[in-house]
Amino acid sequence: MLPLKDKDRPIAVALLGAGCCPRCILRFCCVSLQSAYRQPHEDILFELQRFIHEKVADESHGATEEVPADSPPCKKVRLEAEQGGEVHEGGEDISVVEGKSKICVVCLGVLQDFCDKDFAKKVAEAVTSEKYEFDSLVLSVSLPAQLSVREHSAWLLIKTEVRQKGLCLGKDDVIQVKEAFKWILQSLLSQQLGVPVVSKSPLEVSVGFTHPETDGDCHFLAAACSGCFKPAKNKLSVFTRMAVAKALERISEESFRRKFTCPPWLPATKCTVQEVQCLHAPVFVAGRYNKFSRTLPQTPWVIDGERRMESSVEELITSPLIASFQAEGFNFSSSGREDVDVRTLGNGRPFAVELLNPRRARFSPAEVRKIQEAINKSSDKIRVRDLQIVTRDAVGHMKEGEEEKTKSYSALIWTHKAIEEQDLEFINDIKDLGIAQKTPLRVLHRRPLAVRQRVIHTMATRFRDDHHFYLQLRTQAGTYIKEFVHGDFGRTKPSLGDLMKTETDILELDVESVDVDWPPAVTDPESGENPDLPASPQHGGTPDC
Amino acid sequence: MDETEVRRTPSVIDRYFTRWYKTDLKGKPCEDHCILQHSNRICVITLAESHPLLQNGKAIESINYQISAGCSRLQNKVSGKSKRGGQFLTELAPLCRIKNSDGEEYTVYSCVRGRLLEVNEDILTRPNLLLEKPSAEGYIAVLLPKFEESKSITDTLLTRAEYEDILLKRSAVKVDQ
Repeated sequence: MLPLKDKDRPIAVALLGAGCCPRCILRFCCVSLQSAYRQPHEDILFELQRFIHEKVADESHGATEEVPADSPPCKKVRLEAEQGGEVHEGGEDISVVEGKSKICVVCLGVLQDFCDKDFAKKVAEAVTSEKYEFDSLVLSVSLPAQLSVREHSAWLLIKTEVRQKGLCLGKDDVIQVKEAFKWILQSLLSQQLGVPVVSKSPLEVSVGFTHPETDGDCHFLAAACSGCFKPAKNKLSVFTRMAVAKALERISEESFRRKFTCPPWLPATKCTVQEVQCLHAPVFVAGRYNKFSRTLPQTPWVIDGERRMESSVEELITSPLIASFQAEGFNFSSSGREDVDVRTLGNGRPFAVELLNPRRARFSPAEVRKIQEAINKSSDKIRVRDLQIVTRDAVGHMKEGEEEKTKSYSALIWTHKAIEEQDLEFINDIKDLGIAQKTPLRVLHRRPLAVRQRVIHTMATRFRDDHHFYLQLRTQAGTYIKEFVHGDFGRTKPSLGDLMKTETDILELDVESVDVDWPPAVTDPESGENPDLPASPQHGGTPDC
Repeated sequence: MDETEVRRTPSVIDRYFTRWYKTDLKGKPCEDHCILQHSNRICVITLAESHPLLQNGKAIESINYQISAGCSRLQNKVSGKSKRGGQFLTELAPLCRIKNSDGEEYTVYSCVRGRLLEVNEDILTRPNLLLEKPSAEGYIAVLLPKFEESKSITDTLLTRAEYEDILLKRSAVKVDQ
């Protein structure tokens, strides 16, 4: 039994006459009972006919005779309806049978031919063939923009009808095509795949419809509301759903009716369904890496389309990850970066990898550890620790620390003048040295020209021979160490050479620590360590003694 | 005391830059320039060691970046990654005029087409940098050639070997005379 009320009758009559499908009629009658839409098309039509003719029968029997609302349908009315084209109420033509075979003028077939088990099966097969590991999914539906125009036209039609009868109905109360479609397909799809179809899930299944025959329906809006249709990059057409909806809000009823048929004209074809698209939300994996090679760039190094170095930190880390997560692509980011000839030692540099559209997304800590081992076995040029799955938000911590934190380096310095151990002593005494660095020439082609104030907190020297010594530095993040040492044509002031009053150059550089306390340390799941203990002293809260 | 070392390792310029030369600029004998091109296409314009200013041992009297009444290279300003607003210079655009204590004036030219990123203001207060470290702290200017011209701008310049060849020929002529 459809939850329809007397006030719905004129709407149903008008829409059925206009060539609307039964489900669209339920929508315009604001029926929010989902199960009503899930009934077979024919059953809804039959019930609608009965509903319409109940009243007609009532009236023919005279207003005094009460008919209980739950009384069985009158056989006579049903027969009449099936013969079709019956004339009731002073010439009002209710062509009820027509609505059954023709394509709906409003939903263009979306709520007619794509709401059954067969279609759900097709969508389910498309999802299964992608081999995702999933326990729920969210369904997203994309409808042609002209559907809004047709919806508006149908709305104007019943608005007049409704007004004449002194009833009032808001456009927002009408159930959207998309909503009704989801109510039906979601439960069918859920049955097919054996997982719940919910409103939020990492796996998004998109079903899209087009209807080329009626694409021109929107075009009159461009002339009527030119302001709503601005061409933009990445847009195939200016007639987006948003722009059309905005134009429909602005256009007056009179000009709409002048330019578009009301009710909408009858199409010959139904919607075409596009290929089902599946997209799994990205998974973020973080860790810290060491780089032990002076001939390994952080990211692939390509000049004029030609590769300069064989591999990269990024590739060594991401290849095993992509294989395990069966991802379609990735984005690699890290807390700063080092030059190709710089090693990163100590605790390593924090990094995060965004794995795009992964087929597998859930891994136990032990499995993640196995991936880490695979990365570490694949090359002795790098080493990864603390590999873990993190949230998108947590990746932000890595970039937060980038500018404020300190970094420690160790460098091998060459001096033009011969040196003795005592020539280095004054360097050890320097504290919080402020320096001004113009953007180094080596990065000036891709960064703005600016003078940056940086602080070198401490330095410590170790004499090697009369032209070489080792220099340990603890600096503010963002300090260009190489330029501090060689001066970059006098563009870093003061430079180490200025301080030592001789020409100095840097022969080797190592990053000793990147002081960003993210991601947290990971304890070996098999070592028996208590994973609940604070992972590192940074989280302790009490200052070191 | 002065136990300086002859380096066994390549210098900063050797590691990252290619040296290019332009000799006898505007037909004036020995007014040679050296262009240091970084692998990222940035060019540093310097005086070649054979330039008269570096050869005749005279002090620098003045350096002037005001190359005409209406144009000073000191007013050059660039902003953003794309270096908007920088003066675009052709090969023979003057960068500055340098006078020595003999009152002889020399013009330094851009030598390559490109956007002017900066001029060296330090040599205004310490002109001796020009004499002591002409290819380091005593540079004149930094230019960024257009991306599509970064290879072709050096077509008209001389390589280090060609430059040395010219220096040899010059000294041979001198000996002859």
